[in-house]
Amino acid sequence: MMKIQKTSLFFILGAIVFYLIVQYLMSSGLLTTFFTTIILIGGVMAIVSLGLNLIYGFNGQFSLGQWGFYAIGAYTAADITFRWYQMHTAQALVVALLAVVFAGIAFFIVGKVVKAIKDFDVLSIFALYLVVTVFFVYLAVMLGQPLTQPVTAFFMQMPPQVSMQVIYILAVLIAGVLAAEISFIFGLPVLTLGSDYFGIATLGFTIIVKVLLDNSDTLLGFAEMKGARGMVGIPKITTWFWVFLFLLIVVGVVRNLLHSSYGRAIISVREDEIAAKAMGIDVGQYKNLAFVLGSFFAGLAGGLYAHINGFLHPDTFNFIKSFDPMIIIVFGGLGSVTGTVVASFGWALVLEGFLRLILPQGFETWRFVVYPLLLLVMMLLKPNGLFGGVEMPFLKQTVPPLPESLLEEPKKEVSQ
Amino acid sequence: MIVSFNKGGKRMEDSEAVGKTNFLEQFIKKGWVGKSLLILLALWVIWQLSQAFMTKPSVFLQQVVNGLQLGFVYALIALGYTMVYGIVRLINFAHGDVFMVGAFVSYYLVSRYQLHLWLSKVAPQTPQVLALIVGTISVILVAMAICALLAFTIERIAYRPLRTAPRISALITAIGVSFFLEYFGALQFVFSPNFTTFKRPFEVVSWAINEKGTQLFKTGTEVPPNSILVSNIFIIIVLTSILLLVLLNYIVMQTRIGKAMRAVAYDKPTARLMGINVDSIISITFGIGAALAGAGGMLYAIAFPQVVFWMGIIPGLKAFVAAVLGGIGSIPGAFVGALIMGQAEVLSASYISTPMRDAISFSILILVLLIRPTGIFGERSTEKA
Repeated sequence: MMKIQKTSLFFILGAIVFYLIVQYLMSSGLLTTFFTTIILIGGVMAIVSLGLNLIYGFNGQFSLGQWGFYAIGAYTAADITFRWYQMHTAQALVVALLAVVFAGIAFFIVGKVVKAIKDFDVLSIFALYLVVTVFFVYLAVMLGQPLTQPVTAFFMQMPPQVSMQVIYILAVLIAGVLAAEISFIFGLPVLTLGSDYFGIATLGFTIIVKVLLDNSDTLLGFAEMKGARGMVGIPKITTWFWVFLFLLIVVGVVRNLLHSSYGRAIISVREDEIAAKAMGIDVGQYKNLAFVLGSFFAGLAGGLYAHINGFLHPDTFNFIKSFDPMIIIVFGGLGSVTGTVVASFGWALVLEGFLRLILPQGFETWRFVVYPLLLLVMMLLKPNGLFGGVEMPFLKQTVPPLPESLLEEPKKEVSQ
Repeated sequence: MIVSFNKGGKRMEDSEAVGKTNFLEQFIKKGWVGKSLLILLALWVIWQLSQAFMTKPSVFLQQVVNGLQLGFVYALIALGYTMVYGIVRLINFAHGDVFMVGAFVSYYLVSRYQLHLWLSKVAPQTPQVLALIVGTISVILVAMAICALLAFTIERIAYRPLRTAPRISALITAIGVSFFLEYFGALQFVFSPNFTTFKRPFEVVSWAINEKGTQLFKTGTEVPPNSILVSNIFIIIVLTSILLLVLLNYIVMQTRIGKAMRAVAYDKPTARLMGINVDSIISITFGIGAALAGAGGMLYAIAFPQVVFWMGIIPGLKAFVAAVLGGIGSIPGAFVGALIMGQAEVLSASYISTPMRDAISFSILILVLLIRPTGIFGERSTEKA
């Protein structure tokens, strides 16, 4: 029989108890709908921020693109469930699923070709992946049309509750995978840029996604997304159970990844790229791995978020908000999973909950004046975050402390 | 990077020596697969633009003039970004909001309190035009001074304590300052959350330029065919920007402070050893950048006569992109990048797709970064991929 470590046991038991307490509070009505929503958003933010922490906190790639992948995930999942819920067709599900699978096949084929020829530069690899993937996705869309009818009939046989849940979970997963696949193609060339330039390019990505969503009905041709007017009528089926389950899975995946040799390689890239390369670590590949996985989490979280309020608006995904996950992981402490989760819930509770309640009547607009002041005070008092270097026993590992390069300004750049 | 090594870790030079004949191999090796995609894209854009030029040259040139006007304002903001980044390696996100404050200061001075007419109040016999010119220049100077003071304060309170902290903390602080300026400005008793009309300090005078020469253009009348409209706003913006750029270049290149700034940007510890007061030099850099942004804010408000508390976000971002495009840390780079951004925004809005113009600006940024990772005028970076 497999031996379960004591810390793991404690963690799982603690998680279950926490889940049950919150679930009890929610179902007994002690928590109002307002606070329920806030807790759900806190959980979703925790997933997004864990993804970003993987990219920035553990792999050292300064990414502002997390919010763009979150947006992609949200709109993808919303479109799939919307078409089922409102239009009673599984068309979006079929097409998206096929597109995701075909893109995966395209990646596999191009990956083989690139590996076999070896002489490509980054831009060429990017171009190859892009062209082949676009072609395969086009094929998938073509193939999806005739398949829609039988799949819809298949789902129609199920009881409506069950089919809704199945499609919802599939939608969330597809959203994650789609975000991951886009991040893979986008990350290929952009990850070679290096720290600040990578951050700027990913910020550009977020803005491009936002602009596309603003014009989703006219330019992209998704009439139901209604562009800048906001998408309404998405089923509100994200429950605390699903958010918590996904959060738990993500925490587990991040923990196990970081404990594995892959995780050590990812961290070594953050510590010192040249040294990591000298140790035989394929730096580019691990950067890409962290980026893709982080974006996958962002897509998942987006899928969950879309079904909390049943309403999506492109302004939720504008670039100002894209700093939120960055603020959360710096608050919680870079490279701390515990800190990220705690800070996400804390951020949601303080910003959306307490600040609204504490501020007196007529001072609601002061919320965003108090928030940056809190931010400034926090940064001045604890520049390394609340949980910098602190970790729960279950998540703790032999990770070296944060490197000098993240704590101070890099010396090599100054001495050029 | 990833592909330059094969499985054995041996470089692919031996195969290069053996088979040089294969065209396909050469094609792949020189990276032409990626380049051809970019070339196709560039050809498409050139085709679009040249077609636009062929069908209506005057409209096209009008757009170019509009783009220049926008680009020069962006240049003033971009200089602040590039100088601050060059010295402290901080993306100063609050810079766009300093620009907004500059616009609001000029709004208060000009539209609310009419202070640009001070000379004709003090000495009523001065000619109207002279009084107006002196008044406008003094308003610009006041806006610049207030923005510089604001930046000094921000630097002193928010950034200096974090000089030794992780870079990301300073970045988050910059975002915090930016939020604070925006939402504090949005309060009813500060700048108000609504759009406010900015009354220009002077009348707009436009000239229509066509093949028959230049003539005065009366507002309300029909634009003469095949002509380009140039307003005095355009001339003021271009002149002011070029003047400030020359001034800045003089400060950075010729004065002692400029020398110290360059030294600090090059190597902070050594600069300190040479007796340079690094902290005050950093403060001065912030101040100069903010003064330029303040002037930009006033010019922007004159060109697009409306002020609102979030008006700094998008121009600030565009200017930042311009600074990166030109090679962040380089002053001529910021200028060139800003002009490119202005043209890209206006031309893509008019000829490619209006709602997509922001997306196109950023796509240009990403493409330029892919081809030249440190921007057009950027130095080779020491970053390893």
